[in-house]
Amino acid sequence: MIEVELNQEELLKEFEDKIANEVKIEPRDWMPDEYRNHLIRQISQHAHSEVIGMQPEGNWISRAPSLRSKKILLAKIQDEGGHGLYLYGAAETLGVSRDQFINWLHEGKAKYASVFNYPSLNWADVGAIGWLVDGAAITNQVSLQRTSYGPYARAMVRICKEESFHQRQGYEIMWKMMEGTEDQKRMAQDALNRWWWPALMMFGPHDSESPNTGNAVKWKIKRESNDRLREKFINKTIPQAELIGLKIPDPNLKQIGEEQYAHGDIDWKEFWDVINGNGPCNQQRLEHHIQAHQDGAWVRECANAYHTKSK
Amino acid sequence: MENTENQGPLWEVFVQSKAGQAFKHAGSVHAYDKEMAVENARDIYTRRNEGNALWVVPSSEIVAVGASEASSFFEPSDNKVYRHPTFYNLPDGVKQM
Repeated sequence: MIEVELNQEELLKEFEDKIANEVKIEPRDWMPDEYRNHLIRQISQHAHSEVIGMQPEGNWISRAPSLRSKKILLAKIQDEGGHGLYLYGAAETLGVSRDQFINWLHEGKAKYASVFNYPSLNWADVGAIGWLVDGAAITNQVSLQRTSYGPYARAMVRICKEESFHQRQGYEIMWKMMEGTEDQKRMAQDALNRWWWPALMMFGPHDSESPNTGNAVKWKIKRESNDRLREKFINKTIPQAELIGLKIPDPNLKQIGEEQYAHGDIDWKEFWDVINGNGPCNQQRLEHHIQAHQDGAWVRECANAYHTKSK
Repeated sequence: MENTENQGPLWEVFVQSKAGQAFKHAGSVHAYDKEMAVENARDIYTRRNEGNALWVVPSSEIVAVGASEASSFFEPSDNKVYRHPTFYNLPDGVKQM
């Protein structure tokens, strides 16, 4: 018994030495259960977010205003599906099957980014989602390229390469609308008004209130704090808004330095309401995913039968 | 409840980005046969001309030596410094070698 315990201590030391020396942890390496469980939760939720995020944008494919914008939107949404698959692949290396992840999502045991529980009401929302939601996601993902788990870090590198197109296409939509008619300008501003705060909430609670930060920082799963990432995002985004004539919907926004801003209070009650299932579209998003998965069941059954037969 | 393992076997994907370069591991896909594996790999890992050529290999067929076994496994090469060109002395005056 004592020998086993000592061995665990040695393994933990070896693991923590690697973390200290910026050596990535790989699937076959020993890792503490808490590290594994944290990653299983985080990577699968990240994967679910990519896939659920296809829904608010998918809502506008058939109503895109031009063939150009329709092709771009299709390509972007296909990328999101691809990102989900990279991430499911990375999560599976931790020893949980893809079907299990999907079951946890359907049973409500796994979450996805709350921001996708808001509706996309008109075409300007497609612009605001690409610019702000993808913009916030990139800020987080750039930081995660240095995460300590190898497969997750590599998926992030691949995703970051692809995401900058997403943000630019969104910003271009907003810019075009701000150069357009009064109605179009109003729509763009309205979309910003509705997406600004949910985008800031994507970084999660303030550092002082963040329940999952402790060991995640120590073990370098998380490389920068929620508040630091949120600051980076607003510092980049506010000048982009001003450039095209959009007004940030925050009466308490302050410029505190050159390209440095401080935002007003975030409505955390709304944040927790949406996380806990009471956002405008929580039920719709999950039901749609379950329905699509069930509709595809016959395909998986046929493929499995074919696979068994051809063995 | 559906079977929880019904996404097909796992395949590892290797992509060669340009002719002449080594194939590099890109990630993995689920697929039920070879044809589906290459098509899924194409759709997932080469949407932006990242690929000049592609390999897919059933994950279960890969034989691996992990980092935990590495120190003893690779030990035989540790003490053979004479395999590196920098081991050798050369007379002064040699300009190129």
